[in-house]
Amino acid sequence: MPEVFRFPKSLKKTLFHYCPGCHHSIIHRLLCEVIDELGIRERTIGLASIGCSCFLYFYIDVDILEAPHGRSCSVGTGIKRARPDLVVFTYQGDGDFAAIGLGDSLHAASRGENITAIMINNTVYGMTGGQVSPTTLLFQKTTTTPYGRDPKKEGYPLKVAEILAGFEGVAFCARGAVNTPQRVLEAKKLLRRAFEIQLRGLGFSYLEFLSACPINWKMDPISATRYVDKLAETFPIKVFKDQLSEGKNEA
Amino acid sequence: MKKIKILEERCKGCGLCIEFCPKKVLGFSEKRNLQGYRVVGFYAKEKCNACGICFLMCPELVFVSEE
Repeated sequence: MPEVFRFPKSLKKTLFHYCPGCHHSIIHRLLCEVIDELGIRERTIGLASIGCSCFLYFYIDVDILEAPHGRSCSVGTGIKRARPDLVVFTYQGDGDFAAIGLGDSLHAASRGENITAIMINNTVYGMTGGQVSPTTLLFQKTTTTPYGRDPKKEGYPLKVAEILAGFEGVAFCARGAVNTPQRVLEAKKLLRRAFEIQLRGLGFSYLEFLSACPINWKMDPISATRYVDKLAETFPIKVFKDQLSEGKNEA
Repeated sequence: MKKIKILEERCKGCGLCIEFCPKKVLGFSEKRNLQGYRVVGFYAKEKCNACGICFLMCPELVFVSEE
């Protein structure tokens, strides 16, 4: 039974700048709880991305570095190779991880760098005003696809977790969501597992969260939270690869 | 049982806690906070059994225990 109604120690008391109903701050809280439980706060370095999560250093009380757009995994590679005793995680959006940074991310994963990548998939570019992103659902209306995403023009949604699950360097690959209380609890377990894999040095751990973006989906917070279930039809919520449970204990 | 405190200055009025509360003890109050949002409040506090679902779903960490 997790401890409820307790403010995590590594979360600062600053007010979040996120829009009402955004799932970013739920994931921030889970991340801080996991960092507290594992006791790795003093040796953790986070890598913030460009996007809504670029103010990560205002909220999470660990060392945070701001990487250029999409290059978090490459910067994380450098940190982890220079200081293998540190715990490195990246916190990126779908526009950062799957669009501009896809090359960096895929190569870091295929090299099996021992870092944890957390990707928040809300299917649009949230900060810049809701443009179409690689993970936008088919026929979803965005600012730049006002008639819905047409597969003939904009192509099909990119399923990053399925791609990364096929890589040999990837030790953990899963997709979660935080739109119901049960999924929040499962998401925390996934986060904990991703960090445990890194602490054991098994390889790249990738974790994707489906998230709501009520403002850019033009919905109220509750309908947006319900709409995440529709995202889950295209992006199934499951663990694709977990080498720790498959019996591999050391690198 | 835990006593729950609502940090009204953090609330953004998204209503996720009201939607997911199994006992339906939460609702919007008439108060507004500094950011201008209508804040959440108890209207049947005696029915609350501190299950913690509002804490799990709240994006803004409004619900904390009183101590």
